[in-house]
Amino acid sequence: MQKITREQLIEKASALLSNSTVSCVLGWGMGEFDYDVTPTTFNSVEELEKGFVFSDFCGANFSKYLVKKAAACEGKILVFLKPCDTYSFNQLLTEHRFDREKVYVVGIPCEGMADINKVKAICGEGILSIGSKGDKMTVTTLYDDEPVSIDAKEVLAERCLNCKSKKHVAFDELLGDEGDVIESNRFDEVARLEAMTPDERFAFWQNELSRCIRCNACRDACPACTCEKCVFDNPNSGVENKSPANSFEEKLFHIIRAYHVAGRCTDCGECSRVCPQNIPLHLLNRKFIKDINEFYGEYQAGAEEGQRAPLVDYTTEDLEPGEVFDRRDSDA
Amino acid sequence: MQRVGVFVCWCGSNIAGTVDVKAVAEALKSEPGVVFSTDYQYMCSQAGQDMIKNAVKEHNLTGIVVCSCSPRMHEATFRKTAAAAGLNPYMVEIANIREQCSWVHKDMLSGTEKAIILGKAAVAKVNLNAPLTPGESPVTKRALVIGGGIAGIQTALDIADAGFPVDIVEKKPTIGGKMAQLDKTFPTLDCAACILTPKMVDVAQNDKIRIFSYSEVTDVQGFVGNFDVTIKKNARYVKEDICTGCGACVDKCPMKRIPNEFNLGMDNRPAIYIPFAQAVPKVATIDPNACNMLKNGKCGLCAKVCTAGAIDYTQKDEYIEEKYGAIVVATGFNPISMDKFDEFAYSQSKDVITSLEFERLTNAAGPSAGKLLRPSDGEHPHTIVFVQCVGSRCESCAEKGKEYCSKICCMYTAKHAMLTRDKYPDTEVYVFYIDVRTPGKNFDEFYRRAVEEYGVKYVKGMVGKITPEGKKLKVQASDLLANKQLHIDADLVVLAAAIEPDKSARPLATMLTASMDTNDFFTEAHPKLRPVESPTAGVFLSGACQGPKDIPETVSQAGAAASKVIGLLAKDKLTGNPCVAGSNELICNGCSSCANVCPYGAISYEDKEFRMPDRTTKVRRIAVVNPAVCQGCGACTVTCPSGAMDLKGFANLQIMAEVDAICK
Amino acid sequence: MQVNEYKPLIVAFCCNWCSYAGADLAGNNRLAYPADVKIIRVPCSCRVNPMFILRAFQRGADGVIICGCHPGDCHYTSGNYYTRRRMAALFSMLDFLGIERERTRVEWVSAAEGAKFAATMNDFVEKVTALGENKRLEDLRCKK
Repeated sequence: MQKITREQLIEKASALLSNSTVSCVLGWGMGEFDYDVTPTTFNSVEELEKGFVFSDFCGANFSKYLVKKAAACEGKILVFLKPCDTYSFNQLLTEHRFDREKVYVVGIPCEGMADINKVKAICGEGILSIGSKGDKMTVTTLYDDEPVSIDAKEVLAERCLNCKSKKHVAFDELLGDEGDVIESNRFDEVARLEAMTPDERFAFWQNELSRCIRCNACRDACPACTCEKCVFDNPNSGVENKSPANSFEEKLFHIIRAYHVAGRCTDCGECSRVCPQNIPLHLLNRKFIKDINEFYGEYQAGAEEGQRAPLVDYTTEDLEPGEVFDRRDSDA
Repeated sequence: MQRVGVFVCWCGSNIAGTVDVKAVAEALKSEPGVVFSTDYQYMCSQAGQDMIKNAVKEHNLTGIVVCSCSPRMHEATFRKTAAAAGLNPYMVEIANIREQCSWVHKDMLSGTEKAIILGKAAVAKVNLNAPLTPGESPVTKRALVIGGGIAGIQTALDIADAGFPVDIVEKKPTIGGKMAQLDKTFPTLDCAACILTPKMVDVAQNDKIRIFSYSEVTDVQGFVGNFDVTIKKNARYVKEDICTGCGACVDKCPMKRIPNEFNLGMDNRPAIYIPFAQAVPKVATIDPNACNMLKNGKCGLCAKVCTAGAIDYTQKDEYIEEKYGAIVVATGFNPISMDKFDEFAYSQSKDVITSLEFERLTNAAGPSAGKLLRPSDGEHPHTIVFVQCVGSRCESCAEKGKEYCSKICCMYTAKHAMLTRDKYPDTEVYVFYIDVRTPGKNFDEFYRRAVEEYGVKYVKGMVGKITPEGKKLKVQASDLLANKQLHIDADLVVLAAAIEPDKSARPLATMLTASMDTNDFFTEAHPKLRPVESPTAGVFLSGACQGPKDIPETVSQAGAAASKVIGLLAKDKLTGNPCVAGSNELICNGCSSCANVCPYGAISYEDKEFRMPDRTTKVRRIAVVNPAVCQGCGACTVTCPSGAMDLKGFANLQIMAEVDAICK
Repeated sequence: MQVNEYKPLIVAFCCNWCSYAGADLAGNNRLAYPADVKIIRVPCSCRVNPMFILRAFQRGADGVIICGCHPGDCHYTSGNYYTRRRMAALFSMLDFLGIERERTRVEWVSAAEGAKFAATMNDFVEKVTALGENKRLEDLRCKK
């Protein structure tokens, strides 16, 4: 499915390591399963050849890792960024979260990443291996004698189906062609919920958020959540809690988390990708993005470095909180 | 744990009438931390205050809750009481059970219930109070005035008069500004030079005032009382302290055809020049873009004729760093460019001029030695058309003009029209206007004199088009009152161009973290009550940089700004508000969100080394709040995702404790 | 008969310079509003963290109202402009989650508007009373 191959990436990384442009490489490492790919730092060509992988399951957004890894790497660190990752990259630069000089960005094209849950929905559990050939994916499971061949397009992750951009907004070097921003329908689902009655919306979110086990995976993967100390981990914040202490806590956690990243969230979709309970958390963020676009004009976080986020800005003509609803009512 | 004393005031029957004060005192006794609780008729009375002081001693109180009237009424009183009892004044919290309880609720039961809850919230808060001490910072007793027009001059003179040293930074080679270019001033018609130049001389001779002419401010750091300012003195290639201003060099300079800025390009000056005869400082300046010697090393005539030896072709720009306690912005205004107003043929005909050009034309020291002559052929104009509001009140043409009223044009046009008719009674004078706005002392009388005594023809309506035709300017206009089209063959057209803030104001505002409106005028700290202060402490506003204004208004604002500066510089130390924001460096991300929302520019960033648990060190960017600049609004605290930023006196935990107490 | 006895719990955050003074003025003029309203004083409406609002709902508040200076009149020049954006976004989100929108409100009340303060509170209490107890934010999971 991907246009670029593991070999091409290793070749590029090896060249940059060999000519000392970089001293380490942030890439995807082999996990326990083919679909279980782990962000890994490689320090040598040997390590790359042994452990570097690239497949339809390399969804992880590396931008966030730079906050810690860029400083930890002795020289420059090479990072492979897909188009959507580069938005987070810019956003983090805007927030001074790492030193741009310490990073060498190779932008790589992306044909969309697969959602393992969709694969499992077709092929069942017990997946032994997943191979890729052109537009097809070959899945071997414990229970099938023959490998099952599926269409890679059919198992694309939701965020890739609604891909907003194939354009790299930050890079030092590009592998492949430069892409463009895409008109997507990513707000359709938000609009569908908005059209519901409050009771229906409440029921929807009650069903979704009540599954939360407060594992914090969404927060830990989110490139906008890079706080030195999260308020929910800070015993002095007054809101600290980790376990689902009472039923409201998850809701508070998710509202506050979405609010904290509002205007800064690039809609990379990592929160939903990593959620073990498959809660569509990205919808909360998209709601904020959609509102911000509608209230204050189109804004894409991370599109440029140094942008001023809408919630730390204002105009004297902004609409009133009450008008938000009046407007929506008159639209309906 | 605090030891809290609760004092419930009856306020006579004001509170006790609707609230069972004894029940309130009793109920609050069992709140966490409360060791003493009582009630009294008038807590604010001497006896009531003594009761508090005694209780502090007797019960070793560390915190006080007074359930009484609004804190806006007596918070200060009870803070003083606490201080007198040896407590930190910020260990007092007020529960407002009068204005926001007994006075608005009629029912004893619900009133008492609410009073108890408000009391509980205050107790919950005071339990988390910490002693606060206002920060102190020293004051550098020197002021900086940016801009040397009449606003800057007046401000500097007033400050110097109070005994404080002042520096004026002026980007032109001389101070004087726009007023120096004017001929007469309304509504009294005294000559501008006669009233301005003595002031310029006063500035030059005042030993408290230094003038940095041909200079600009390039950097501002610090805060109220303690600004560090970098001033760039542009090389003028003449040693200021040696030049006597004799003008020999000016006469001898062979490069004589440089458009003269002072006369708005209507005549020429040499490459080495003194802007005008009364310039302060009266020293020559070499225009590096015009001087042959500086461009290609050929000439050197001025150095040869200068007997004082003041010419220095090797002079470099000089940077001066100086400390100031207060900064006054007096950057003034300019007429807007007429390039986009092609319908008035400004770029096609020399005889279409702006009002400021008209001032120079009628000025005895101007290009025509004060004779009103057409710029194109030097002939006396017999029909003059004045067009008002060119680019002012221009709602529909925002891309070329301004939406606001430029305020001064009605009056100076009346002045121009009147003076023309006075000197040249054979001249026909038309004024086209939208409205004539003349509020001001003796202003309307002045305008009426122009119409009634001098026979100036005022026509309500706008000029649509001006077409040069032969020696004439064909003016096409509408007379709205007569409801007809007018065609006038004019010899001279004068455009009352809108005025706009000087272009240097915007970058300066950024340096000063002072805010501006969408038109680039500086905004005041409060539009009514603090009109000469900017929201940034220690930065004051004088003159047209804050909005269009005439000379009398400018001078009074200049004086007001000076008095504010004097008030600041008279202090040895500034005592701050202790309820300021502070960042916990251990959890600050250095993301700059807080600095983005701070209206005062109180937040800066520094890289700090941290020792990590694994014994390595890590350099992180962290926010630092300057307590002398912070005003304690709390905007930053909410924008901070990690909660590193908090506000003293209104801390996250304190407000949450209040919420919890109310919602219990 | 239970319905008649229901008293909502309203938390009102008031900025020190305008709205808190407006509430004081309502008091001075003896303009009555229900005792269900409990005011918390903050220096500026921009001091109100969404966390405080959610916290109030979590602990059982039935309505939360934020009052500040009129836009353009902020004591700190721009604080309420931030409040306006923050609360527009937050309240829209709460609505998106199915929380009744009448439970949240932002109102600009100047120090001279004692009557507006009282009228606002009367109206807000009435609206929240009509909604009844806040169950949705207090308890997300089915507690039936």
